[in-house]
Amino acid sequence: MTNKEYENYYVPSQSHWPIVGAVALFFIAIGAANYVTDLAKEQSGYGGYLLLAGIALVIYMLIGWFSDVIRESLAGKYSAQMGESFRQGMSWFIFSEVMFFAAFFGALLYLRVFSVPWLGGAGNNAATGAVLWPDFVAHWPLLTTPGGTTTSAMGWFGLPLLNTILLLTSSITAHFAHSALIKNNRSALKTWLGLTIVLGLAFIFFQVLEYAHGYSEEMRLFLDSGVYGNTFYLLTGFHGMHVTLGCIMLIVMWFRILQGHFTPEKHFAFQAASWYWHFVDVVWVILFVFVYIL
Amino acid sequence: MTTDTLNNTSTADIEVAVNQGDNSGNHDHKMTGIKRWLYTTNHKDIGTLYLWFAFIMLLTGGALAMVIRAELFQPGLQLVEPDFFNQLTTVHGLVMVFGAIMPAFTGFANWMLPMMLGAPDMALPRMNNWSFWILPFAFAILLGSFFMESGAPNFGWTFYAPLSTTYSNGSTAFFGFAVHIMGISSIMGAINIVVTIMNMRAPGMTYMKMPLFVWTFFITAYLLIVVMPVLAGVVTMILTDTYFGTSFFDAAGGGDPVMFQHIFWFFGHPEVYIMILPAFGIISTTIPAFSRKKLFGYSSMVYATSSIALLSFLVWAHHMFTTGMPLFGELFFMYCTMLIAVPTGVKIFNWVATMWRGSLSFETPMLFSIAFVILFTIGGFSGLMLAMTPVDFQYHDTYFVVAHFHYVLVTGSLFSLYAGAYFWLPKWTGHMYNDTLSKWHFWCSLISVNLLFFPMHFLGLAGMPRRIPDYALQFADFNKWVSIGGFAFGLSQLIFLAVVIKCIRGGEKALAKPWDGAVGLEWTVASPAPYHTFSAPPSQQDIDKQHEN
Repeated sequence: MTNKEYENYYVPSQSHWPIVGAVALFFIAIGAANYVTDLAKEQSGYGGYLLLAGIALVIYMLIGWFSDVIRESLAGKYSAQMGESFRQGMSWFIFSEVMFFAAFFGALLYLRVFSVPWLGGAGNNAATGAVLWPDFVAHWPLLTTPGGTTTSAMGWFGLPLLNTILLLTSSITAHFAHSALIKNNRSALKTWLGLTIVLGLAFIFFQVLEYAHGYSEEMRLFLDSGVYGNTFYLLTGFHGMHVTLGCIMLIVMWFRILQGHFTPEKHFAFQAASWYWHFVDVVWVILFVFVYIL
Repeated sequence: MTTDTLNNTSTADIEVAVNQGDNSGNHDHKMTGIKRWLYTTNHKDIGTLYLWFAFIMLLTGGALAMVIRAELFQPGLQLVEPDFFNQLTTVHGLVMVFGAIMPAFTGFANWMLPMMLGAPDMALPRMNNWSFWILPFAFAILLGSFFMESGAPNFGWTFYAPLSTTYSNGSTAFFGFAVHIMGISSIMGAINIVVTIMNMRAPGMTYMKMPLFVWTFFITAYLLIVVMPVLAGVVTMILTDTYFGTSFFDAAGGGDPVMFQHIFWFFGHPEVYIMILPAFGIISTTIPAFSRKKLFGYSSMVYATSSIALLSFLVWAHHMFTTGMPLFGELFFMYCTMLIAVPTGVKIFNWVATMWRGSLSFETPMLFSIAFVILFTIGGFSGLMLAMTPVDFQYHDTYFVVAHFHYVLVTGSLFSLYAGAYFWLPKWTGHMYNDTLSKWHFWCSLISVNLLFFPMHFLGLAGMPRRIPDYALQFADFNKWVSIGGFAFGLSQLIFLAVVIKCIRGGEKALAKPWDGAVGLEWTVASPAPYHTFSAPPSQQDIDKQHEN
């Protein structure tokens, strides 16, 4: 059984970070649940504080956990097989994120193809239209709901198009940064990565502007403005949260690069952040087509 | 290093021990007391945690079922209010699905996969700990909602809109965030299983040399990664519909309550295979062992399991035949559903063919396995009946459905878990379980479970709806017997608790391989299994041997 040829797989010793993370998630869940429950009852409570405490604890856990991992990695404890575990783990995590977005895209398609036309009497639903909402005319974007809420549609030209260009460019610069890392060209790496971060932050900035525009009296596009507003804000909102997370990842990578971390052969964390960035980019392209253009 | 009897002389290992001296100073050092369990990264510790948690949840969900059966013992309302009755059925379902069956299988995966693959541990050990420890918190929130002003969720475990949105009793937020945590736990657990199987196989362990047990968990983990995020999505929509004024499931805003059912069952149907495919893996391990024959048709089993998994994505709307789908949809989903009977039939055939002319012996794991094959097949057949659209209009939302999914989940999943638990208890504890008590557990369970669930078929066919606290008088006799069966089945599970505790505390010493027909790498290490196994990979000879028998 003894065989020196095999690299050892590092099994970390006990760690207290997971239990910190479990308590953090508990606080977030119970805090958020109390917060929204109080919100619905229009009373104030302590839910918001629990939620903030949970978020603070998650940040503390992430910093501590990743510090341990970085320390172990720099100490040379991770074999190539370990790196492969990390890579596979990250790719399946991104795949699960794809499925999360798929649920919302699925809802969007169902609403557009089935439920809105049916409400207008399409298919064998003539009675639905005639009896329940005789005045309702099915169209997309749904600017007047059967219940009578009105809103206006966000066009694709202007900010959304600009954001598309920004995010697509940032995906290219992220790729150039990765190539520079592989060629061990550290100054190019810093430049391209810095540019990627700037583009990402610009995207978030313009997204916030767009939301402000949507919530203005002129547009009156709210989260509760019927299914058009619902899908618009949930899809772009979850995407924006992922862009923010991706930006944080890239900023952490930036600081790690300044510290001299990563080699052309070994740079899992950088690669993971870059995969994640490409993933948010791809989601945006699909989103741009189905939410804004079509 | 004291517990590691097999590998502790390996020079490689000693180097590891020196290398890893940052925290504990020693690779094999275990913390003592509660810290060992809170901080552990060891797959066996985490497996044990999962299994105990699942068993506690089984008893909790069982206790809720006892109240349900007490209420239904006779017609009329006697014990609980109708609203509380709805809370009981809802939380019973959630606890059993997400708290008992799924974590129990993850416990088996944790304990067995590294040993079966010849790997030192799960691929991502710290995340493994995290995915376990968030579960008790999630169930604390869910069960805690019983004691809140709003009460526990009362909209059924399937949380159909608008019951969970417009007509919610105010528990939707606690339910929703608890389910989010359960989902995160499942996704992390599944990623860990997939990566372990893809990346941690011992050299020479090709995919088609893996035990079938490993294959079934592999495929199950993929299903989890695909569908759990969809559950998270639909839970999010429920939360925003309830609390932030969106109208995904509200026609007045352009949405559709039926869309909820589509998204939910896109998760929900693969979910039921998530709860049965690992059971197939366990049964495919125990039946060959006690038949002293190789598993009949190993590769056809792999393909059958994969086909079931793929088909599971194309059948979700068979839960929704009565929602008024277009005829084409009803036919499509009916035929796809019936198609699943083919790979499932392949499996049943293979198990029977494995037993055919084998030298059978009837130890407790084998008894549970044979009961599984017969009773799961009954559940499968009632599933076929439900798959037929025209007759489903009659069966929909009756006790026939309740009978069907309890046959597949209790006499299917749970019985396979018992078979697996008795099979590997000697490996886990180092002791043989008490044979007499375990037989009592089996026979009491077998008789009572059929008394409990079989008459439900007739109740359903006669028209008794599910999820009601009171019923028409003509259902009284069958319900009385069902309740008696329920109490007996619930009590019988305490025998299992006694067997396990006795087995942990002592009993006849188990050999490294207590079952003469068993194959697999886990039997090449001592019983109880050392704290760390396969720090160095097993020999090719050991790997190849598991396909002889």
